[in-house]
Amino acid sequence: MSLFWLFLIILAIALVGYVLGRARALSSAGGERSALHSLPSYYGANVAMKAAVPAFLLLVIWLLAQPFYVNSEVSGLIPDTEIAEGSSRDLVLAEVRRAARGLENAVRSGAMTEEFASNARADISDVTTRLKEAGQIVTSEISQPILIAAQRYRSLSSIGNFYMSIAVILIAIGGALWGLRETKAEFRARNTVELGMRAILVGAASIAILTTIGIVLSLVFNTAEFFRIYPASDFFFGLTWAPSFSGRGGTSELGIIPLLWGTFYISFVALAVAVPIGLFAAIYLAEYASSRVRSTAKPLLEILAGIPTIVYGLFALLTVGPLLVSVFGDNGIGIMKAGTSVMTAGLVMGVMLIPFVSSLSDDIINAVPQAMRDGSYGLGATKSETVKQVILPAALPGIVGAVLLAASRAIGETMIVVLGAGAAARLSLNPFEAMTTVTAKIVSQLTGDADFASPVALVAFALGMTLFVVTLGLNIVALYIVRKYREQYD
Amino acid sequence: MNEMPKFEQATEMTESKISAKKVQVYYGDTHAIKDVDIEIQPRSVTAFIGPSGCGKSTFLRTLNRMNDTIDICRVQGSIKIDGEDIYDPKVDPVQLRAKVGMVFQKPNPFPKSIYDNVAYGPRIHGLARNKAQLDDIVSSSLQKAGLWDEVKDRLSEPGTGMSGGQQQRLCIARAIAVSPEVILMDEPCSALDPIATAKIEELIDELRANYTIVIVTHSMQQAARVSQRTAFFHLGVLVEEGSTDNIFTNPEDKRTQDYITGRFG
Ligand SMILES: Nc1ncnc2c1ncn2[C@@H]1O[C@H](COP(=O)(O)OP(=O)(O)OP(=O)(O)O)[C@@H](O)[C@H]1O
Ligand SMILES: [Mg+2]
Repeated sequence: MSLFWLFLIILAIALVGYVLGRARALSSAGGERSALHSLPSYYGANVAMKAAVPAFLLLVIWLLAQPFYVNSEVSGLIPDTEIAEGSSRDLVLAEVRRAARGLENAVRSGAMTEEFASNARADISDVTTRLKEAGQIVTSEISQPILIAAQRYRSLSSIGNFYMSIAVILIAIGGALWGLRETKAEFRARNTVELGMRAILVGAASIAILTTIGIVLSLVFNTAEFFRIYPASDFFFGLTWAPSFSGRGGTSELGIIPLLWGTFYISFVALAVAVPIGLFAAIYLAEYASSRVRSTAKPLLEILAGIPTIVYGLFALLTVGPLLVSVFGDNGIGIMKAGTSVMTAGLVMGVMLIPFVSSLSDDIINAVPQAMRDGSYGLGATKSETVKQVILPAALPGIVGAVLLAASRAIGETMIVVLGAGAAARLSLNPFEAMTTVTAKIVSQLTGDADFASPVALVAFALGMTLFVVTLGLNIVALYIVRKYREQYD
Repeated sequence: MNEMPKFEQATEMTESKISAKKVQVYYGDTHAIKDVDIEIQPRSVTAFIGPSGCGKSTFLRTLNRMNDTIDICRVQGSIKIDGEDIYDPKVDPVQLRAKVGMVFQKPNPFPKSIYDNVAYGPRIHGLARNKAQLDDIVSSSLQKAGLWDEVKDRLSEPGTGMSGGQQQRLCIARAIAVSPEVILMDEPCSALDPIATAKIEELIDELRANYTIVIVTHSMQQAARVSQRTAFFHLGVLVEEGSTDNIFTNPEDKRTQDYITGRFG
């Protein structure tokens, strides 16, 4: 039974439960609505909830757990001799899964009968040809142990799916019956549904948090793996970034310092552009602009924030880069060789961050109480005096927080760097030279065809982890400052 | 508890400090102040009373053009201070506000030190030539506001860290520091407890010797205690204006009588 049908069946049980629960509640009160503790729909919802929620939970858990069980069962069927030099058990298992899926599809499309597909003594080359004819890609000829493992995989999976369907449907029906049994006039259905709602919301929140933890853990494990094969001190203090993708004896030098330097240099240029412009724009919008100007200019500014960063990247590559070259290049001042440079990427990233800084600062400036402004105006201060001496000092912590948040975005930005700053890892002070950042290098390390277990690929996780720690630190400081500032006027 | 001193009433009439004629104020299409004529005497306390929403604050704010900061607000008619029309295009509202100071309903010290709060106005207007002069202005303003003894040892502490009553007196000191001629107060005691209120009322009575004071209040007793003249507003109209004694003992208008006897508002 496919998942889709199982899904529909659970929903149907829940729906029927709803209708029955509602009817039962009404009849238990003798049709007298006022005799019920809650509205009739709450009794229905209680039954539907008890039918659907545990069933879906079981479904999800089963779907997650079954592959583990099947994999470990099947893995025992593969003799060590099947694992070729340079390969691993995981790769062979993947081959088994492919074969099993091939058999499944072949049976479904009619290229094989069910008996043929599950016949353990079937001729290997015959199976392979039939699979190939059925359009199921098989890399090479299937070996006997792999075929047996694949057949075992299929049968285990289908048995698992069968029991899963039964269990889930039973749970759904059981839940519905339980809900129906509870349904009496004095049952507090409303409170129970409220509890259920709460549980569902808590569940959603925990999924968000758990995935974050999962992401961090996956980074941590791969990072640890990297540091096992590459010394951490060379990574953190190495001044050269020279990965060698070819296996031909070249050793990689994977020092993060040039990448961090590029990251911070570009972010610094970006902030130097975005902070003054964004802040002044925010001051204009919050303090000077009439409400008409404000209501058109603010959304316009925020449109900038909606532009995908790849578009900014194109802008850097096609417009800003050539423009800078024409001024600072060989025909001009002569300190810029190509369009890709720290300056190009930094300027464009700055433009990208302007709306971010301005809309955060605008909110913060607006949060300064009107009474502060009145007090200052009442003493005969002008607008700019009031802004400079009362509003900005009062809003300063919040603005610092906004700047730090902008900084952590700049550090995490990738597309603009790839297109605007080039790919050369370099330690240089000249902002018109090409450099690259941590994020851009993560992309290039993982998109190469290097083996996933080699240091040149694994270094991406160490880079990602470093970046994660840096931006996390920035965000924590920023949030701390912003929160502290909020309390000031409460 | 309510044994507040009743300050003696000065009744002699002199040349008026502020003279408003046919003042209209609109917020967009709302006609908030209608045809108000009033003369305000120098070196005396004038109280504005009236039910909520009748336009007391609005009218008070026209006297130092604080309404300019509200986009949709328009003022018509003439308001003269010392015979000079304050709505004349030649008049700089910023200069005007140095001359007509304001104290607000909720104490609103800046998030700066006590010293910097008081020094704010003098610094902006360049009233002190050096640090010593500025120190003088700050200490004399704090003395006039009756706050000096309480804060002289903690001038560098933030103004927001004081009690509500102290904050309000700090705001009065801040207004005094730019040597205004007129001080407008919009319900200055409504956020304060009775003891702090009594202190501010005493202070207002002392300040009367040097400043022209206009105070908006919801408390009839307060108006009676601190003011020499009282103006009663109702629905944007100035119903009655006269010496405080007369208004409270012998009001001419039925609406005034109803209000001060607590029949509405
Ligand atoms: N900023 C504003 N925008 C629009 N209308 C306003 C504004 N301020 C005041 N008003 C209106 O003007 C009228 C007078 O308000 P005002 O604040 O002067 O009353 P008030 O007498 O001070 O009342 P209260 O005693 O409650 O402070 C009210 O109807 C009010 O709704
Ligand atoms: Mg008011």
